[in-house]
Amino acid sequence: MSQSPILEMRNISKTFGAVRALKDVSLSVLPGELHALMGENGAGKSTLMKILSGAYTADPGGTVIIEGHSRTEAAGSVAVIYQELSLAPNLTVAENMFLGREIANRGILNRSATLERAQPILDRLGVHFDARSKVGDLSLGERQMVEIARALTTDARLIVMDEPTTSLSARETERLFEVIARLKSHGIAIIYISHRMEEVYALADRCSVLRDGVYIGTLDRSELSAQKLVSMMVGRDLDSFYKKGHIASPDHTGTPLLSVRDMSDGGLVKGCSFDLYRGEVLGIAGLVGSGRTELARLIYGADPRTSGTVAIDGRDIDTSSPRAALDAGVAYLTEDRKKLGLFLDMSISDNVNVGVIERDAKSGGRLDFRAAARRANDAIKALAVKAPTARMPVGGLSGGNQQKVLIARLLETGPKVVILDEPTRGVDVGAKSEIYKLIDGLARKGVGVVMISSELAEIIGVADRVLVMREGHIAGQVPAQLGQAISQEAIMELSTGSVSEPATATEGAMQ
Amino acid sequence: MTDTNSAPASAAAKQRLRTMMSIVGMLPVLILLAVVFELMSGRFMSVNNISNVMQQASINIVLASGMTFVILTGGIDLSVGSILATSAMVAVIVSLIPGIGWLGIPAAMGVGLACGLANGILISALNLPPFIVTLGSLTAVRGIARLLGNDTTVFNADLPFDVIGNGSLFGIPWLAIIAVAVVLLSWFILKRTVLGTWIYATGGNAEAARLTGIKVPLVLLFVYGVSGLFAGLGGAMAAARLYAANGLQLGQAYELDAIAAVILGGTSFVGGVGSIWGTLIGALIIAVLSNGLILIGVSDIWQYIVKGLVIIAAVALDRYRQTGART
Repeated sequence: MSQSPILEMRNISKTFGAVRALKDVSLSVLPGELHALMGENGAGKSTLMKILSGAYTADPGGTVIIEGHSRTEAAGSVAVIYQELSLAPNLTVAENMFLGREIANRGILNRSATLERAQPILDRLGVHFDARSKVGDLSLGERQMVEIARALTTDARLIVMDEPTTSLSARETERLFEVIARLKSHGIAIIYISHRMEEVYALADRCSVLRDGVYIGTLDRSELSAQKLVSMMVGRDLDSFYKKGHIASPDHTGTPLLSVRDMSDGGLVKGCSFDLYRGEVLGIAGLVGSGRTELARLIYGADPRTSGTVAIDGRDIDTSSPRAALDAGVAYLTEDRKKLGLFLDMSISDNVNVGVIERDAKSGGRLDFRAAARRANDAIKALAVKAPTARMPVGGLSGGNQQKVLIARLLETGPKVVILDEPTRGVDVGAKSEIYKLIDGLARKGVGVVMISSELAEIIGVADRVLVMREGHIAGQVPAQLGQAISQEAIMELSTGSVSEPATATEGAMQ
Repeated sequence: MTDTNSAPASAAAKQRLRTMMSIVGMLPVLILLAVVFELMSGRFMSVNNISNVMQQASINIVLASGMTFVILTGGIDLSVGSILATSAMVAVIVSLIPGIGWLGIPAAMGVGLACGLANGILISALNLPPFIVTLGSLTAVRGIARLLGNDTTVFNADLPFDVIGNGSLFGIPWLAIIAVAVVLLSWFILKRTVLGTWIYATGGNAEAARLTGIKVPLVLLFVYGVSGLFAGLGGAMAAARLYAANGLQLGQAYELDAIAAVILGGTSFVGGVGSIWGTLIGALIIAVLSNGLILIGVSDIWQYIVKGLVIIAAVALDRYRQTGART
């Protein structure tokens, strides 16, 4: 390590009122390195990055040195790309890249100069869109590239990426990784925040871990291992991380709990059929865009279907609307808890109870506050939601706790079948393991669980059987025969179509 | 922010403070205005004048209560002024029928409800934007009001239900009693019933509400129906106060005062956040302003300017105070 670091953060502390968010954290990043920053939600990663970007001021005593200068002098050399992209979709790529720093002469935009400066940066990134494209027409992955391009317009030497792959497809993620490699070869350092272990393995030169606002340590690439990282992050071992205590009945001869037949929406979902048995956890894998979420929403009645039936215990049920599906015992956890799930301004209690207040209500539709308080407090206890009171708005909770509240809402309706769409997205390791335990507990009680997930390790660790979707079809199931192990390779092959479509696809799924 | 986790006690205290702030809301502004007017005129706090203010505020309180339901779902109802005029016309016309003149009140409320439900059906079933639908009915219903009386003023000097407009019970005007009853009923529906929770949920996140199994179209139908019903009641109140109704002039721009009261009361324009108590205080602020400015002899023209500025300043102050409370 003879190189001098591009960033030196020393003894950074930050207190909010009585709460200590960071305590004596030090971090150093070398030029051209990808430095992963890991830790559970609330460990202090975002606070540290906000101090780096200048959004927060650290408590006195800490220093931030960027390329030998103090933070304020070197402000332009750090760029932060947040989880939620901050682009104006109605403007062009070039306009977005120079947003706030427009190239203009006495207030009149110089369009040609803007384009001339924007295009070479895009070329350097090797993207396929043009500086004149409208950002609204680009995919999420392409928009992320625009953010990166924007960072490069300021000659940033250090780019912070906060969970950049959360909303990207596998192909877009690959492109992002290529671009990251290019940036590194230009000597640009990257601080990479992610919850996904595979990404950290694939990319990181070094990895630092924070826990509860304290710096735990830094691992070199050669020292990286899942065991080590998880135990550093949660302060305990990886044992029992994926919990599969329930025993799925290997006997699939009886009446299935849930039968879906010939489900189509005339576009993204084409004739999908499958069965789910009592106490079984059925994984649905597939690439982003393969129709997994759409299939789940069709079963739940969230979108109109062109064909298909749903039966529970052999009897056809009405799932023409979410309400009908809920009444029939089918519950669905959305993949986008903030936009489609939670009422962020409402209390934890209201969010947990909103699906059952009608059932609990006293005569005249009056709310039963005692029942609601009981349900909320029980749910907080059972799901270990970290909150001072059930009357606190859900918007103030961390991602993992928000997810637990949303899951609690589903469970209060007493469903026979739960469909969980990416149940651990944007959730920290501790909450993940709790959600896995919960899924296991549901299966033990005889509930049928359908779990959609993009994380193969998770789906293999939790599911008894995995259906793989590709381009709106169910491409096959893994294992093909019951009793065999689920293999990651088999799932990948089916989801990318690298094996010829098995003739048994539908029979296998229905068997 | 999971930072709050490590100090649950202080977070809970902060939470309580925030809840209190949001309940108290604009009350300090109302009190301040009352004190200022009392100091400047010396007559503001008299029993007689307070009773006057309550009477003047009552119709707007009723309209604004209905508007609170609508705005809580993230919608808007621009047609309440016109519905009020139509209902008032109906109230007076029905009151002229010998023997059953008191039916004017239920008739006015029925007409209001029908107009509100028409708005609600267009919005919930055809999925049209509330602003456009109620902008249309603002004009169309005003036309109906004029049609009803052949574009003239209808009178009934012998109005069978004039007591609600001009009488009082133990010294409290009936108009004010009705307004308070409407506020209490609204509070009950919003905070104590399943439907109330559904209204907040729909305004907070309509798509999430649908996926949770809430009948969102029913909720929308209900809120526009309530807004129309209350506007109908407001029509009956206005008719009873005036012994007359005029389809062209009555209720002009009332929707703006109702919206101003709701916003002054801290209800979020995008829906999901707000309370009926805030609306009550908002409506009282508007009434106190009108009354107080007359008492201290400000000219009619300047009243408009001052009222507008005070509304903007009060809301700006509220925003500032709330962001202060959040950090």
